[in-house]
Amino acid sequence: MTTEAKKVLLDPLIENNPIALQVLGICSALAVTTKMDTALVMCGAVIFVLMASNVSISFLRDYIPTNIRIIVQLTIIASLVIVADQFLKAYVYDISKQLSVFVGLIITNCIIMGRAEAYAMQNGVGSSLLDAVGNGFGYSLILIATALLRELFGAGKIYGQVIFPAVHEGGWYYPNGIMVSSAGAFFIIGLFIWLIRTIRPDQIEEQELG
Amino acid sequence: MRHSTGYIFLFAGAICIICAIVVCSSEVSLSELHKNNARLDKQKNILYAAGLARSSENLSSEDVQLRFGRVKAIAIHVEDGELAPEIDPDFYDARKAAVDPKAGRSAPPNASAIKRMARHAIIYHILEDSGEVGMIVLPIEGYGLWGTLYGFLALDADAKTVRGLTYYQHKETPGLGGEVDNPDWKALWPDRVAFDESGEVAIEVIKGQAGLPVGDPHRIDGLSGATITSRGVTNMLHFWLGEDGFGPYLKNFTQVNNDSIK
Repeated sequence: MTTEAKKVLLDPLIENNPIALQVLGICSALAVTTKMDTALVMCGAVIFVLMASNVSISFLRDYIPTNIRIIVQLTIIASLVIVADQFLKAYVYDISKQLSVFVGLIITNCIIMGRAEAYAMQNGVGSSLLDAVGNGFGYSLILIATALLRELFGAGKIYGQVIFPAVHEGGWYYPNGIMVSSAGAFFIIGLFIWLIRTIRPDQIEEQELG
Repeated sequence: MRHSTGYIFLFAGAICIICAIVVCSSEVSLSELHKNNARLDKQKNILYAAGLARSSENLSSEDVQLRFGRVKAIAIHVEDGELAPEIDPDFYDARKAAVDPKAGRSAPPNASAIKRMARHAIIYHILEDSGEVGMIVLPIEGYGLWGTLYGFLALDADAKTVRGLTYYQHKETPGLGGEVDNPDWKALWPDRVAFDESGEVAIEVIKGQAGLPVGDPHRIDGLSGATITSRGVTNMLHFWLGEDGFGPYLKNFTQVNNDSIK
């Protein structure tokens, strides 16, 4: 693999993480991370949509008329999201019920539109695919880490397996209510951003003057 | 790159057609699975309400079918409680019917914020091995704090004693009102009596703790931190067990049952 391809694939994990650095896709990161299983299914759906949209938009990039490119991208993304939603409803019905509207809202996930517009419109099919995989996993990394902490401290479980037996189920652990609400996700993602920027100070934005 | 207007229209049209084909074919090819899943989900929840299955069990679709063999779906007219043989219970969608101008009607004023209700309802009889009705499962719905709660209430064949209550869809706060899903709370319901001596609906979710069903038959522990959800549960039980809900049907049912005993 060339260094260029490696950079496209691996950069979005830490160096240029879509959630932690670009602060995109936060809405779904707050909504679906109370439990690991919903977060994992959401990540799968986003990775699928991102890969398929990047590939098809990159494939069509020379044919898409510039003045209607955004609406064309949106049409393709929306169709892919509907297909993903149909598959989830057919094969993981219980989880898709919990995800409810958030699968549909992948359409408005800025990461997907962002990659289509910023990368797939200018680059070849192969590197667009790598870019999609990289960004999809970068998004998933933050989502899964957040879900892990929220489920552990909010319910005392990891992937539905009891780690800290909760008081209302006869154990000793008092579940942390903030972790279950969206505010908990804000704190955790904020802490991740802080952590990453402490390790990589070059990610800190210049202070705005005035 | 400049494109002619004709090209733009042609391109947009082609994209639309391709996307439509992709979406439609996925919808059509998966619709059978979707229908099965939705039906299975409903059946599971009826089994939960009737205590024939537990939510912690991992039921395969065969298990559900097997246990559901004892369940008989029956269509009724809500208003007079008579049977409605013209309705096929397998294909009746009460939520769709409620908003339909013909199949639904505006609900009488109620504390549950139910605005429209279907003229018909599908209720379920759980049959004993002898073929007699052992339980009646009624669909209920009503407003809590954030939205409508949908669930099932199981009554004994005496049409008074509660055998179980379960919600399959709600938007209450996890950890507070969302505790309507808590198995420990649901376990408080069986053996409570929904009606008092005079036949009025008496069941009530109180603030604080209620006693055992024997000494305190009409009251249930409140959900701590969820006064409004608790009140919502009380309200919807009063509505659905009352005259505007399944009251007429339950009266008919008791009558027929008593007659057959005589």
